[in-house]
Amino acid sequence: MAPEGSAYGQPWNEKYRPKVITDVSHQDAVVSTLQEAMKTNNVPHLLFYGPPGTGKTTTALAMVQELYGPTLVKSRVMELNASDERGINVVRHKIKQFAATAVGQGAPGYPSPPYKVIILDESDSMTTDAQNALRRTMELYTKVTRFVLICNYVSRIIEPIASRCAKFRFKPLGEESISDRITSICQKEGVVMEEGAMEALGSACGGDMRKAISHLQSAVRLFGNTVRVQSILEAAGVVPSERVVELLEACRGGSYEKAQDVVVRLTKNGYPALQIIQQLQELVMCAEDVSDDKKARICMRLAEVDKALIDGSDEMLQLLDCASLAICAFTGTTQVGKYDA
Amino acid sequence: MLWVDKHRPKNLDNLICHKEVGANLKSLVASGDCPHLLFYGPSGCGKKTLVLAMLREMFGPGVEKLKAETKEWKIERPEISTKIEVELTTLSSNYHVELNPSDAGTKDRYVVQELIKDMAKSRPLDMAGQKSFRVLLLNEVDQLSKEAQHSLRRTMEKYASACRLVMVCNSVSKVIEAVRSRCVTVRVPAPAEAEICDVLQYVSKKECITLPPEFAARIASSTDRNLRCALLSLEACKVQQYPFKSDQPIQLTDWEVYITEIASDIIAEQSPKRLYQVRGKFYELLINCIPPELILKKLLFELMKKIDSELKHEVCHWAAYYENRLQKGSKAIIHLEAFVAKFMSIYKQFIISLFG
Repeated sequence: MAPEGSAYGQPWNEKYRPKVITDVSHQDAVVSTLQEAMKTNNVPHLLFYGPPGTGKTTTALAMVQELYGPTLVKSRVMELNASDERGINVVRHKIKQFAATAVGQGAPGYPSPPYKVIILDESDSMTTDAQNALRRTMELYTKVTRFVLICNYVSRIIEPIASRCAKFRFKPLGEESISDRITSICQKEGVVMEEGAMEALGSACGGDMRKAISHLQSAVRLFGNTVRVQSILEAAGVVPSERVVELLEACRGGSYEKAQDVVVRLTKNGYPALQIIQQLQELVMCAEDVSDDKKARICMRLAEVDKALIDGSDEMLQLLDCASLAICAFTGTTQVGKYDA
Repeated sequence: MLWVDKHRPKNLDNLICHKEVGANLKSLVASGDCPHLLFYGPSGCGKKTLVLAMLREMFGPGVEKLKAETKEWKIERPEISTKIEVELTTLSSNYHVELNPSDAGTKDRYVVQELIKDMAKSRPLDMAGQKSFRVLLLNEVDQLSKEAQHSLRRTMEKYASACRLVMVCNSVSKVIEAVRSRCVTVRVPAPAEAEICDVLQYVSKKECITLPPEFAARIASSTDRNLRCALLSLEACKVQQYPFKSDQPIQLTDWEVYITEIASDIIAEQSPKRLYQVRGKFYELLINCIPPELILKKLLFELMKKIDSELKHEVCHWAAYYENRLQKGSKAIIHLEAFVAKFMSIYKQFIISLFG
């Protein structure tokens, strides 16, 4: 790992963040539309949405870089994200002020269109009030300011804002795009992927490029420059599949005590419950000897447990609940209401 | 000094359990570049020990010169023209700062946004080619509010060159995906009972006491794979009676005994009057700062030992259900009591259906 100047010590996510929008992988439709828009020098308000790690922020940053060049970016672009305070007051004062200022000279060699860009990253965590305050600001200063809103869930952006923007959906990355990018990073960093490791990485990251790169980096940092399947799994925090199978088998066995033992052991070993239920769900769905009816019951509970875990409930209790329902489903009994008046 | 602290391994080489994790961390430090790290695992499994040993490996013995500071931070918010005051205790050395952001309660968001930004911005003094970053050690990140975690996201990326975050938490499910994906996550499993026995033997050798292996095994099995509890319990037993006899009773913590009592109370009688008594006992536990989710969990496991296996599924479901409500709600006692009432109703119905 030869450190190269200032890039030393940077996470690979940052180091290999594409600098021009044509480098953004897998989002061809978005990229070509944007390029057309940039040629005409008239970019509309933009709304990028899609799951994490699909290149939304990267595209936005690359776009402004291409429009203004490195020097002008500082004065023409304002980037705000959830780590900055952005309540209604910020919208009323800071954003409005920035939006209202006139633009100066363009930079030579870059298109530098006569407007500023405000990038609102993670805008689904803005309050509805703040979004409402943004509505008029967006229209009023269209001449000198364009907004780029970035979010995971387009449903959390209020309709009046969404309707003012051109929407772009970023789709999860396919395994080929991920493996292409990972291979090129591996070459630059001198990392060797053993057989099967790429597939493991591809399935562990679930279409999230940032996850794929950071898993790769973790694996390399923790286990050295030759990446094995095992190191990828450990770095990604995947529960070894035999452990999950063991849990499922215990549930099939129909004994509550046994299932409780397995669950206690799993949580004591520190495996994250969210990961366990995700893998359990895959396993149950793929099991051919489980009837649709049982699958449906188990999956419904898995969904409830997932929600409960996000709410911050105890991992062990939730897993127990889930295991207990699975036992009831397999033995064809009801879990709740037997003795309850 | 308690044995737990006295015999805490100081560097990554002489760990007794988690040797593999230790070796990995060592190669991580040796590579000269440290990503953000997130350690997770059940309590008492040695996360903090690993982190401290790693910091020592990284910066040398200088990290042990700690100074505790309680500082009042004034965060100016010009846009709403108010000042927010947050008082927070930090432990710091020249190389790292340790803090418990969740101590700031509802103001944790500001702590994250302002303090971390501040610290991250100030570059460490470069002393003869030392590391070019400082480490910020955050405890209990799972207790941070979701908002605060969101504000961590970008901060982590922005100031990555000057500051590395090392975070420690119990339950990784409570840490949002966005933060997790930015870290190298290190799973620290609870040590196996055999490993706990090894540690107990090691400590007793250092303390020049003899520990019969059977007794060590009993301590290990009664403390639920929690290394800290095991060591504390060993020390308690030593105070109680030494030399050890292998059938000597092991000191359980008061609250555990108390919950066992509650469980037997509930099984013995199911009536509003008993519920009222149990409520008093719950209050007693809560006043003594036993976390409600721990009470509920322990109570469930105690009850499970005593009831018919036919009932277990239903009881287990309601425990999970009320624990979930407990997290969402604000008053723990209501949900604990609700669980007990539910249990009593189910149990009584069962008894009636059995004996008519």
